[in-house]
Amino acid sequence: MTSVLYDVPGPRAKRRNILYSAVFLVLLGLAIWWFLSVMGDRNQLTADKWKPFVTDGALWTTFLLPGLGETLKTASLALVIALPLGALLGIGRLSDHAWVRVPVGTVVEFFRAIPVLLMMVFASAVFAQFTPIESDVRPLYAVVTGLVLYNASVIAEIVRAGILSLPNGQTDAAKAIGMRKGQIMGYVLLPQAVTAMLPALVSQLVVIVKDTALGGAVLGLSELLFQIRPITANYGANTIAAFTVVALIYIVVNGALTRFASWLEGRLRGRKKSTGAVVPVEKVDAKMGGGA
Amino acid sequence: MFDFLDSPQYDLLGAFWVTVQLTLYSALGSLIWGTLLAGMRVSPVPLMRAFGTAYVNVVRNTPLTIVIVGCSLVLHQTLRIELGGGTSKEIGFKMAILGLVAYTGTFVCEALRSGINTVPVGQAEAARALGLSFFQVLTLIILPQAFRSVVAPLANVMIALTKNTTVAAAIGVAEAALLMKEMVENESDSLFAVFGVFALGFVLLTLPTGLFLGWVAKRVAVKR
Repeated sequence: MTSVLYDVPGPRAKRRNILYSAVFLVLLGLAIWWFLSVMGDRNQLTADKWKPFVTDGALWTTFLLPGLGETLKTASLALVIALPLGALLGIGRLSDHAWVRVPVGTVVEFFRAIPVLLMMVFASAVFAQFTPIESDVRPLYAVVTGLVLYNASVIAEIVRAGILSLPNGQTDAAKAIGMRKGQIMGYVLLPQAVTAMLPALVSQLVVIVKDTALGGAVLGLSELLFQIRPITANYGANTIAAFTVVALIYIVVNGALTRFASWLEGRLRGRKKSTGAVVPVEKVDAKMGGGA
Repeated sequence: MFDFLDSPQYDLLGAFWVTVQLTLYSALGSLIWGTLLAGMRVSPVPLMRAFGTAYVNVVRNTPLTIVIVGCSLVLHQTLRIELGGGTSKEIGFKMAILGLVAYTGTFVCEALRSGINTVPVGQAEAARALGLSFFQVLTLIILPQAFRSVVAPLANVMIALTKNTTVAAAIGVAEAALLMKEMVENESDSLFAVFGVFALGFVLLTLPTGLFLGWVAKRVAVKR
C-alpha cells in the first residue's frame, strides 16, 4: 500500500532518492562508527572477547544451550498449563449465566491489568512461605505461575475472540438439529475456534518467551539472559559480546515463531474448507510482551 | 494488616510516582520515535524503508528485559555512556526510559502503519494531484487522519507500557515493582495485603488511561 503515498519515481525523484539514501547511509555509518569507536576505547572489540563464542564449544554446552533449554522449558510449561485454563475462562466468559460470566470476567480483567513481574514476585514469596518447594526450583515455579496467571487471561480473550469470529450460522445449524449447549460448544464451535486462533496462540508464545527473561533478571531463574553473568565472569568481561549473542538467540527463536504465525494465518485464511474465520494476530495484546 | 502502609521505611507514593514518570516520559518518547519509524517504513527511499523494517523486526523479537538490562549494562556500565550524567540513580532512570522508548516505539510504529492503511487511497492521490511532496502528503494529509483512527490501539500500547515500566526494576530503578519485591521479603506476614495494594495501584493507573483514551478514540475517530 505504501506506493499510493508517492508516484512511481521519475528521473528527478530517482536522483533525489539516491541523494537521500546517501545522506541516510552517511548518518547511519557515522552512528555505527561512533559506537564502534566507543567500544574500541573500552577494549570491547578485541578478538579474545568474541572468539570464545566461535571457538569454545564449552561456552555453548555449559551456558548458552542449557540457558536456552531452560527458557524454552519455562515457556512451554507456561503455555501448556495456560492453554486449558484459558480455554475454560474464555468459555466461562461466554456463559449464559451471569453468575459464571461476571466472576470469570472479573478474574480475566484483573490478571490482564497487572504486570507479570508483580505476579512472579508474589508467587515466589507465597511459595517460599506456604509450600515446601525447594529454593533451587522455586524461581521456575514462580515464573511459570506468573506467566500462567497472565497468559491464561490473555488466552481466554483469544478463545473468546475465536468463538465470536465464527459465523452465526454454525450455532443456528447446530441448534436446528437439536444439539444442546454443551454439544454445540464441544463439537461445533470449539474445534473451529481452535484453528481460528492458532496463529494468535503462536504469537502469544513469543510474548511468553520474552517474559521468561524477567525471571532471569529478577528472580534468578537460570534462563538465557541469566547466563550472561557467568559467561562474562569466565571469559574475560566480554559483556557486549555475550549480550549480542544472547539477544541474537532470542531474535532467531522469536523471529521463527513470528514467521510461523503469519504463515499459519495466511494458510488458514486461504483454506477452502474452513469458514475463513481467523483471529487476527495483531488484535491480541498488541504483542507487547504485554505483562512484562 | 495494612500497618506497613504507615511505615516510613517504604515510600509507596514515591515509588508509584517514579512509575508514572517512567510511563509519561517513555510514552512521549515512543510516540515521537514510533512516528519517525512509521515515516521511514512508508517513505520512498528504499534504504530508510529497509532500516525501519529491520529495526522493528529485530527489536520486537527481543525481550524488553534484554533491551533495558542491555542499556544499563552495555551502554552505561561498560561503555560509560551517561546521557547527560547525574547520579547513578538518575542515569538508571534515563537508561530505563531509553530502553522503553526503543522497545515501545516499534509497537507505536506498527499501530500507526495500520492506521495509515485506513486512510482512503483517494486522499493521497488527491494530495499528490495538487502537487504536494511525499513529506507534505504524509504530514498534512495522511498522518493526522491515521492518528485519529489509531487512538484505541495506541491506548493498548500505552497501557502495556505502564505495565512494562516494572521491568526497570531489573536495573534497580526505584519504582513500584522494586518496592514490592522489597516489601514481600520484609513483610512476610501481610503478603496478600502487599500484593493487593500494588495490584490496586496498577489497576488505578491503567483503568483511567483505558477509559479516557477510549472516550477520546470515539470522539476523534474519522467517520467514514
